[in-house]
Amino acid sequence: MNAITTPDNVVVVGNGQAGIQLVDSLRKEGYTGAITLIGEETHHPYQRPPLSKDYLAAGKDPVPLPLRPEKFFTTHDVDARLGVRVTSIDRTARTATLDDGTTLAYSTLVLATGAANRELAVPGADLAGIHGLRTLTDAQALHARLDTVRSVVVIGAGFIGLEFAAAARARGLDVTVLEYADRPMGRALTPVMSGFFADAHGRLGVTLRLGEGIASFDGDNGHVTAAVSTTGHRYPTDLVLVGVGVTPRTELAAAAGLDVDNGIVVDGSLRTSDPNIYALGDCASFPNTHAGTRTRLESVQNATDQARHAAAAILASRPGKEPGSGTGVESGSMPGSEPAGGTGAELGGYADLPWFWSNQGPLRLQIAGLVAPGDQTVLRGNPAEEKFSVFCFRNGTLTAVESVNQPADHMAARRLLAAGLPLTPEQAADPDFDLKAYSKQQPATV
Amino acid sequence: MANITYHHAKGNVDSLDAEPGMTVMMAAVIHGVDGIIGECGGQAICATCHVYVRDEYLDGLPAISGAEEEMLETTVSPRNPARSRLGCQLTAGDHFNTIEVDIPDEQD
Ligand SMILES: Cc1cc2nc3c(=O)[nH]c(=O)nc-3n(C[C@H](O)[C@H](O)[C@H](O)COP(=O)(O)OP(=O)(O)OC[C@H]3O[C@@H](n4cnc5c(N)ncnc54)[C@H](O)[C@@H]3O)c2cc1C
Ligand code: FES
Repeated sequence: MNAITTPDNVVVVGNGQAGIQLVDSLRKEGYTGAITLIGEETHHPYQRPPLSKDYLAAGKDPVPLPLRPEKFFTTHDVDARLGVRVTSIDRTARTATLDDGTTLAYSTLVLATGAANRELAVPGADLAGIHGLRTLTDAQALHARLDTVRSVVVIGAGFIGLEFAAAARARGLDVTVLEYADRPMGRALTPVMSGFFADAHGRLGVTLRLGEGIASFDGDNGHVTAAVSTTGHRYPTDLVLVGVGVTPRTELAAAAGLDVDNGIVVDGSLRTSDPNIYALGDCASFPNTHAGTRTRLESVQNATDQARHAAAAILASRPGKEPGSGTGVESGSMPGSEPAGGTGAELGGYADLPWFWSNQGPLRLQIAGLVAPGDQTVLRGNPAEEKFSVFCFRNGTLTAVESVNQPADHMAARRLLAAGLPLTPEQAADPDFDLKAYSKQQPATV
Repeated sequence: MANITYHHAKGNVDSLDAEPGMTVMMAAVIHGVDGIIGECGGQAICATCHVYVRDEYLDGLPAISGAEEEMLETTVSPRNPARSRLGCQLTAGDHFNTIEVDIPDEQD
């Protein structure tokens, strides 16, 4: 391998939220070499979050929101290939092979392959009328069917399942949600917040069955007619939405011999066990300073902030500088608005504050930081008014804040957590304590 | 059809027809108006759709919600007390039939 003679060619596998942001950031930071972006979906790259929310509302065919306009690839000089899949990587030759037979040489390879829906293995799981929701194609199929069905069953009370449930209720459909665990969104929320959402969905008219997993589906003529739960209950239905989580798309990385452990293993620079290959977004398992352990996160924030960081890391690590590009830019300096900060060799590890949102009918949930089991929780505001926040503390230190219809608390929490500004449980609970003013003492870094 | 005109800092202009229900953000993102990204898909939580509405079109716009207010405090370009809005909160048909906005410098 000879790093010096390799022409600059960044090859990006996956044109989702992370891949597109990476390309954008590379150009913004002054990279002028070649970029090839490969995505197996045939659609122009689009935003996923609306697919389980606005996109499902009744009415004429909705328009997907593009991640960037169509002219982006021309203006940013990107060789974008849609509808082709990368099938293998040769790390010694530094090439990627596509399913159309092309082989591409890379100087840096970026894996932004995302995640795939977990599928059910129960009897009847392959009946028609059982849907997943990850891609625009999935959402188009659901949108078309929702006009003709009266009842739906959702398997799994996670974010996507409950967003779908709220959207289906808003269309007046009967909605039953089966959840194996004893509370909704249990992996990501405090028990207090889970409990609030269980009640709130009840008020929306959703039937939420906790402690009931899916055992099998009944069908007629190849089409689903009922879901049978692990407790033996039978729920007649016209349509089933399966939202039981995702698995990271690690197949390429694993086949190429990269370290994989619930995601493609990367270091703080988002670099895999091969220094010429990076991974980011839903598919990457990274050392998470906010969790104190290695995690994989699935959010827009994680995908875009990691992409900005990886772009800087890629430019900082290049052996030769871009001829003719501006000073300093190519050594990886980042604009002031970027919290990861640092230039060139001093570029620190990825440490951006995780945040997330989920809109379920009238409920706007926002989370700053990461909730962990056993956190002490303090309420601010009134759950009965559907406007409140849950502040989480570990050993007296603020770790995360969950807010419902309280965007001011959420933004204050992001400022506090990003700046490491101390807050006591008493202050958090005190309605007279001016959280917003206090959080603005420090220069905002969110 | 409503009409939306986007004035760029460099002086160039994009003018688009938008169906009722389209927001200032969506129309820009779909048609490739520079300077508006819409990273949160229109949920008023990213501020990448910040615009300055021209004075003569301020009437008829909806009140600024709590969520929009928070985001307007975090915009990359400075907030204009009267004219700053999130493009995703301004809907053709509901709030305007014709509107002209300026794209903030730092976004463009
Ligand atoms: C319905 C839905 C709602 C969501 N709502 C929210 C929300 O409200 N808030 C939030 O923060 N997040 C939300 N998310 C999560 C967010 O969309 C993801 O975290 C984000 O899209 C991850 O970006 P990514 O680029 O890592 O992966 P993806 O967006 O999944 O992109 C990966 C792309 O790579 C392609 N690919 C994979 N392997 C190959 C290969 N070998 N060759 C070519 N192409 C390949 C895939 O087809 C895919 O298009 C939602 C997700 C979904 C599905
Ligand atoms: S699109 Fe995110 S705030 Fe408007």
